[in-house]
Amino acid sequence: MRTSVALQAGESKTARGESVWRRRLGSALTELAIWVPLTIAAGNVVVFTLWTTWVSFTASKLMPDYDWVGLRNYWAVTRTANFQIAYVNLVIFGLGYVLLTMALGLLLAILLDQRVRGENVLRTVFLYPLAVSFVVTGTVWSWLLNPGLGIQKLVNDLGWTDFRFDWLVQSDKAIYTVIIAGVWQAAGFAMALFLAGLRSLDKDLIKAAQIDGAGPWRMYRRVLLPTIWPIFVTVFVILLQWAIKAFDLVRALTGGGPGISTMLPTLVVYDFMFQRSELGRGSAAAVLMLLSLVVVLAPYGIYMRWRRQRQARA
Amino acid sequence: MAALSIRGLSKRFARLEVLKDINLDIESGEFTVLVGPSGCGKSTLLSIVAGLERASAGIVEIGGRIVNDIEPKDRDIAMVFQSYALYPSMSVRQNITFGMECRHVPKPEQEAAVAHVAKLLQIEPLLDRRPSQLSGGQRQRVAMGRALVRDPLLFLFDEPLSNLDAQLRVEMRMEIKRLHQRIGATIVYVTHDQIEAMTMATRIAVMYKGEVQQFADPDTIYRYPANLFVARFMGSPPMNTMPARLLAEDGMPQVVIGAGRPDEVRLRLRGYDAAAAFRGSEVVLGIRPECIAESGRVFGDTSEAPIVVNAPVEMIEPTGAETIVLLRLGGEPALARISPDIRPATGALAPFALDTRRICLFDPTTERLIA
Amino acid sequence: MKWSRIIIYSALIALALLFLMPLGVVLMNSLRSSQEIAATSMIGWPRQLTFANYGQAWNQFCMAEHCWGIEPYMLNSFTLVIPATILSTMLGALAGYSITLWRFRGDQLVFGLVTLGVFLPEQMKLIPWVVVLRDLSLMNTISGLILIHTIQGMSFTTLFCRNYYVSIPPDLLKAAKIDGAGFFRIFWRIVLPLSPPILIVTVIFQFTGIWNEFLYGVTFTSGGQQPVTAALISLSAAVTSEPMYGEQSAAVLIAALPPLLVYLFGGRYFMSGLTAGAVK
Repeated sequence: MRTSVALQAGESKTARGESVWRRRLGSALTELAIWVPLTIAAGNVVVFTLWTTWVSFTASKLMPDYDWVGLRNYWAVTRTANFQIAYVNLVIFGLGYVLLTMALGLLLAILLDQRVRGENVLRTVFLYPLAVSFVVTGTVWSWLLNPGLGIQKLVNDLGWTDFRFDWLVQSDKAIYTVIIAGVWQAAGFAMALFLAGLRSLDKDLIKAAQIDGAGPWRMYRRVLLPTIWPIFVTVFVILLQWAIKAFDLVRALTGGGPGISTMLPTLVVYDFMFQRSELGRGSAAAVLMLLSLVVVLAPYGIYMRWRRQRQARA
Repeated sequence: MAALSIRGLSKRFARLEVLKDINLDIESGEFTVLVGPSGCGKSTLLSIVAGLERASAGIVEIGGRIVNDIEPKDRDIAMVFQSYALYPSMSVRQNITFGMECRHVPKPEQEAAVAHVAKLLQIEPLLDRRPSQLSGGQRQRVAMGRALVRDPLLFLFDEPLSNLDAQLRVEMRMEIKRLHQRIGATIVYVTHDQIEAMTMATRIAVMYKGEVQQFADPDTIYRYPANLFVARFMGSPPMNTMPARLLAEDGMPQVVIGAGRPDEVRLRLRGYDAAAAFRGSEVVLGIRPECIAESGRVFGDTSEAPIVVNAPVEMIEPTGAETIVLLRLGGEPALARISPDIRPATGALAPFALDTRRICLFDPTTERLIA
Repeated sequence: MKWSRIIIYSALIALALLFLMPLGVVLMNSLRSSQEIAATSMIGWPRQLTFANYGQAWNQFCMAEHCWGIEPYMLNSFTLVIPATILSTMLGALAGYSITLWRFRGDQLVFGLVTLGVFLPEQMKLIPWVVVLRDLSLMNTISGLILIHTIQGMSFTTLFCRNYYVSIPPDLLKAAKIDGAGFFRIFWRIVLPLSPPILIVTVIFQFTGIWNEFLYGVTFTSGGQQPVTAALISLSAAVTSEPMYGEQSAAVLIAALPPLLVYLFGGRYFMSGLTAGAVK
């Protein structure tokens, strides 16, 4: 005894009120809605990468030109002083930036993990540099580290006339200023991730360690930190690829100088492409940059996949 | 005309064959339960009937119509899920009317439908609440309301009570059964709980490893299980099964448990002529725990005194309603359900009455029922 | 142990001051006149509070060749960031929804490619965009930048939305399909209403990210068309010639304000977004 609620008797259940073409239109729209955004996004990634790689093998100068020149651009680029200094700087900057940021971030995370009052306020303070653009960071630090204007002048005026903090204008020390500004900006990020990791630990682990008699130092060193090891790896990789991509910060802080002492690969690309109008060379430099990124990210990707498979099997 | 007809259905996922040659015919108004352990394929079968998955081979007919290529929304079915699947951002009312909205049913009809169903399920005061504000039992009723309002040919239930606590489960079980009696719907119900199956079904399909082991009404399944799996799966505590030997003696058949042992048990059987072919060979004997009782129990209304056996008691579990005894028959372990007032001493022999009318014999190789 | 608490708090306060120092300095300087700063140093309390810098910075200040203050650049940034954020977020939600809940052949591959876009350096896309913008006559326009940021932004927004949508119970969709809902109806009535948490995070990240973006801004626009972050480079000590530090500080502060405000009001979401994004 069916109630007379839903559909009237005799109604075609398959195409109720819908003509065939309307259904086809509906599914066509669905296909479009699915494929168009995805194709554009994926295509953007694939096509542009291939395009730039292609240009790197051509003799393009001011405009993309399509004469194939093989690896000539690569040879030319890698032989310039700009490039060589840039990659040396990248190693110095990369290691300094990543390691110091992680250390400071870890310190902050551990301090904040101690159930301090005002934790939210403190966290906001440590994280706000991330909301600020690299250009602003670089500009402000360029003022602070300017020997004639900033910290050095302040300290000198206060009486310590011999105080020197003029790394910004010294060719061999300028790269360290970039590290300082970079660490200031990114430490909060590392802190946020480490803190989240520490907080997500199994409480029973801590209780077990306490029963075993572990003091806070040992607790951190032997129990907690090793357990959040995957987060270390993640933070390391993210920071390293930020270091490779660093452009705005250097441009604003030192402009690549003094001279070319703080050149970095991103600046090399920009320099070739837009200041020397050598699109081919610039593309080659960009591709080399991409390769250094791959060197960093590929092992990470493989490591993550290996870990996931191991967990799935367990 | 059968409400649901499944013929030669099979389903494979890559190499794995999840369903093998399923054949079922379900009449209109029946309450069919698909029961089996996890992984037996019952949920997959339900999904295929619903149209959420495609069969690798075979035909599904709903209401006489072949629906293999028809979308779920056009199959005239409704489904109730284990997790209720209520739309969290919509009120109860909107949850119920959502399907009608999709079908462009005019507003006044929708109102009438909701009112009718809410009254039936007694969820009128809940109509403007969100799912997150409801209890488990209330959510389940709303899920049923959503299904009811479609007034379909077939109701599909996918383990709807598994998420409820034991007490609520018993309540909802009765409600679903009552609903079935009131509106006479055709229901296909999937569960792993054989008690639900026994109490609610008009017919049960016991499934295992992708095959239907037996498809019959609850009584038949309980008394004449088609094979060892069905025998052991249905009934709690499960049927005792043990190897035995059928004696090749003329006259009444006899079955021996633990032949040759000092504590061997011989039982005379009556009316097990079908087992004639197995005289002299090994069989598997099945006897349900409630068929082993304290001595002095009379089974059925026969005037004959039941066979009494002395068996060693290993352990007893008083449950309040009865005492479950672990004993040995001819050396084989068996569970008995005896009167709650009697607590035999462990380690000693005690007398037990056996109901030999209900003994099942199984072929040890094919595991199928002989008699 | 009391001592340890004292050490912890002191360390935290000291570090907090260190972190706040640059912001504090700029704030102070924006309230001092440029002459005062030039006479003493960048760091110091205002001897005389002056708010004139802000007015100057807004519409009279000279940066690069133009003396129309920071106002036009701020307007450019808003015109850029608001549409780009909204578009990239909506498209990302749609794409994330498609990939997660409507499985199709090759969906993992497409998703992987889209996600790669998050890591791809901007430099790899400069030349192609130059050509595309030129062909579409969008060179040196904010619309061109909107196009770039919308499309590039999709990599990030799709990744985030997808990671969120995987936790939607599949039974919900099965019920909706049986009810007869199609692709768009399910998106509109079921998935979107569940999305506010991830949409807020995505909007926050996109807003700050696009506002603070520099390379594309400085490459594809120039002069009066630039968004504020690109225009700001001319204030850097490495680039500027005229030291008007009071006005410059005010300008920098104004330019940094919108993302900072978004961060302050959306702080909780910022934090949860960071940690969620890192769990890939």
